[in-house]
Amino acid sequence: MKLKKMLGIILTAALCGGMLAACGDSSSTGTANTGDSSSAEKPASTGTDLIRVGIINNDPNESGYRTANVNDLKATFTEANGYEAQFSYSLKNEEQIQAAQKFIQDEVDYLLLSAADTAGWDSVLQDAKTAGVKVILFDRTIDASEDLYEASIVSDMAKEGQTAVDWLKAQNLSDYKIIHLQGVMGSAAQKGRSGALTDTAAAEGWEIVSEQTAEWNAEKAQQIVQTAIDSNKEFNVIYAENDDMAKGAVAALDKANISHGVGKDVIVMGFDCNKWALEELKAGNWNYDGQCNPFQSSYITEIIKKLEAGEKLDQKTIIMDEKGFDAATITQEDVDKYGI
Amino acid sequence: MTAKATGKQNSFLSGLLHNQLLIPIAALLLLTIFNLIADPSFFRISLGYNSDGNPVLSGYLISIIDYGSELAILAIGMTLVTAASGGQDISVGAGIAIAGSVLLRVLCGTESRPETLQAPVFVAFIVCCIVAMIFGAFNGALVAFFKIQPMVATLILFTAGRSIAAWINNNELPIVSEKSFTYFGGYLPGIPIPTPFFIALLCFVITWAVLKFTNLGLYVQAVGINEKTSRLNGLNPELIKFAVYILLGLCVAVCGLIKVSRLSTINYSVIAKDIEMDAILAVALGGNALSGGKFNMGASILGAYVIQFLTTTLYKFDVQSDALSAYKAVVVILLVVLSAPVFREKITGLFRRLRAGKAAA
Repeated sequence: MKLKKMLGIILTAALCGGMLAACGDSSSTGTANTGDSSSAEKPASTGTDLIRVGIINNDPNESGYRTANVNDLKATFTEANGYEAQFSYSLKNEEQIQAAQKFIQDEVDYLLLSAADTAGWDSVLQDAKTAGVKVILFDRTIDASEDLYEASIVSDMAKEGQTAVDWLKAQNLSDYKIIHLQGVMGSAAQKGRSGALTDTAAAEGWEIVSEQTAEWNAEKAQQIVQTAIDSNKEFNVIYAENDDMAKGAVAALDKANISHGVGKDVIVMGFDCNKWALEELKAGNWNYDGQCNPFQSSYITEIIKKLEAGEKLDQKTIIMDEKGFDAATITQEDVDKYGI
Repeated sequence: MTAKATGKQNSFLSGLLHNQLLIPIAALLLLTIFNLIADPSFFRISLGYNSDGNPVLSGYLISIIDYGSELAILAIGMTLVTAASGGQDISVGAGIAIAGSVLLRVLCGTESRPETLQAPVFVAFIVCCIVAMIFGAFNGALVAFFKIQPMVATLILFTAGRSIAAWINNNELPIVSEKSFTYFGGYLPGIPIPTPFFIALLCFVITWAVLKFTNLGLYVQAVGINEKTSRLNGLNPELIKFAVYILLGLCVAVCGLIKVSRLSTINYSVIAKDIEMDAILAVALGGNALSGGKFNMGASILGAYVIQFLTTTLYKFDVQSDALSAYKAVVVILLVVLSAPVFREKITGLFRRLRAGKAAA
């Protein structure tokens, strides 16, 4: 009996160990790479003057947007471009803060940060300042004093929404009957993209036939649009706040034999510019896709160059250019270049 | 009123009150009446054609049996797991993500947008079943052999599952372009009723047959009610617990197939999100004790459809997005309180006293 118990305990421990190892494998390949690359790069960096950057980002598995973002940064901050980069990925604020402390101890020149949470960064950024590490925020802002960082590069979600709504307005439909599929309520993307539509609809007298949150989820969007069709609601625009939801909506339209796309009954609008979404756009099945720019590295390198040259930055908050694609004018080049 | 009649009525009433099917049926009736009063067109079903030219039935009721199917299939497995182990598996949503990812991986190979399928759907489904059952076995082993609380044991996959799913496909989102693959989540050519409903029906029939012609149901209940006595009676409780988790894995694989087929692709981070909570709720709505023991499979399945009925009703009435979950919560609280054994005993007691008072008067 005792033996059995012991065996049980040992096996549990082994299993847990195995689990941890497996988890480590799947989620932190980035960190593993980091270890290799930093140790490999160290001897090289002693001779030349590479700029040392520590990059703290969210988990690349989070979304297609994040994957594109991470790949963009990895492609830019290479030794060939004059950088020695270390990466750390986590969706948890505490782990990100620990990584930041480690980077500060490693005496990086720049700390690039996309924070998981807006709060809790004051003290570690203060440490960075004392140690002379320059901090650049990208993609997400934090609740901390502006003195603690050099610059912040963000997407303006409200502007993304406004661009899309302006495009819709320019279509000059005789009447607007819109199904509005919202993202997770309260997220920055949802607020910005919903806000633009709600304001313009009120000003222009557009009718919002149905307004529901599908929580970025294709199946939920499909159900919501299906319900709208079942209740014989008339609509001619689907304004989905991301590509997945637009895809779900289109599945419901196909089922009910409602035509959609360029020159058809229903206008389909999405956001994020996934590659497959842009292909739908090019095929004329959708009408519009708004970009949420994940390619921030060019902005970051520009700032670093300015700071290295001792120049002052004009402004702390830098808003990225974001495009909106129209099915009528999109080219294969756009699909390849901007698809994520 | 004669004494005999009173007695008969009394037993009928208490029989009804003690029947597990009462709660889901009452909830269904309540929702039906509400919809009937608010808008009778809720029950209209019309025949149309989809963009492929196939005849399809459409209407709220069709949507409900369509979208409720996955939940009903999950409810089967969840009921068995609940009854045998006295706990719930909260990793089914993540499990569906893994199953779906495996399915796509086999169908698409390493390409993200293949022109033709790399393997027949049947083979892909078998592989997906095996993988889902292995993950089920992992949960089952933790619960049965290592005596870990089911919710804690399944928390591991709940946390890691979606990352594993993303990792299986190198974090790409393959899209299946083959038309025949969409049949499982859509319509078979020429048949106007959604396929998921048939798949669910098949699962119900198999489950019914298994429970009817084997002792699985009895064994599961025996283990759930008292592990020690079931062991004394020659059962192997560990093995039975282990087995039900594997069965749940199979249900997860079937759901994965339907979900992936609906849109020809999945998004690992949001597919079947929070479905575990709905599945547990279906079991609770069916009046099954979440602490294990006796169960009523039919009630759980009905519970699953009630949940979908409620969701569709809320969508229909355009409940404000930010208030949607609050409405759902209120209904859930009502239903769960009504189905609580304590509450039902109180009500039965109240009826008895009323009747006694009347008889005395």
